[in-house]
Amino acid sequence: MSITSRFNPRTNQIDRTGISVAFTVGLYGAAFGAAGVTAGFSILQTCLLSILLFSGASQFAVVGIMGAGGSAISAIATATLLGFRNALYGLQMAPILKVTGLSRVIAAQITIDESTAVATLQDNDADRKRGFYVTGIGVYVFWNLFTFLGALGASAIGDPSVWGLDAAVPAAFCGLVWPRLKNKLQFVVCGLAIALALILTPLTPAGVPIITTVLLAVIFGWKK
Amino acid sequence: MSSIWIAVIGSSVTAFLNKYVGHLVPEQWLNKPRFMRINTLVPIVLLSALVGVQTFATKKELVVDQRLAGVAVALVLLKYKASFPIVVIGAAITSAAIYNWF
Repeated sequence: MSITSRFNPRTNQIDRTGISVAFTVGLYGAAFGAAGVTAGFSILQTCLLSILLFSGASQFAVVGIMGAGGSAISAIATATLLGFRNALYGLQMAPILKVTGLSRVIAAQITIDESTAVATLQDNDADRKRGFYVTGIGVYVFWNLFTFLGALGASAIGDPSVWGLDAAVPAAFCGLVWPRLKNKLQFVVCGLAIALALILTPLTPAGVPIITTVLLAVIFGWKK
Repeated sequence: MSSIWIAVIGSSVTAFLNKYVGHLVPEQWLNKPRFMRINTLVPIVLLSALVGVQTFATKKELVVDQRLAGVAVALVLLKYKASFPIVVIGAAITSAAIYNWF
């Protein structure tokens, strides 16, 4: 960053947006940290998910499914399908970032909902690039910090129900799905997915009811 | 290796591959209308299913307990555009209050 950029009101605005998004989302990391420990993950395992996996919805899915007694395969499959949107964000960002080698590895790791969203709000490639990195790195730092604090906090308490942590996890999923519901079809599909998963819960191993709902996405997405 | 370790490492590897592939492949490989429509719905169905199961399931049984009240409060807070941490904390406080006092 050149010295001029520090005094440029335009880039300052991008930094402010990026950092405030990063901080807000980072706080959510505390809920993840608590959810991980509540689900039976160690503090190390919980933190590794934030360091390595680094994609909120997938992380909550992994601890949610494993905590409910699901198999590693169904946790990995669900997390992978949830993470596929990050590949699409990569498609959008690659021509703007133009990175190779290690820089591409780093850019890939921070290619998430928030970094792409802030980038696409800007109106030229230099600003998009700045928005992407400020937000991506900011979320990475805060998300990991708060994951650790949340995991530490949750490991200090006994019964998670006493602190309402049992409701915090489904509430977190509500917060993740809510902004994605933009039309009637999506609300209908949301309702059908809940119904299908609940019908399958007594009948199949944990994790299977979740992954099976992908069929609904295929059926309703097939025809325009 | 425990199944939790397998889940942690396996999901981390596939998550990175997802992210990296996007930066690597030509755009037309993934940019197909049908694929995009399905892919918009995939997070919706999976996250909705997780809402349902995490709210009502205890092992393989469906139960109505304090979690439902917490989730109901979360939905109201979302409706009024509350931020993520407020939604989660609101749900936790509601659920904890019912669990501890009833």
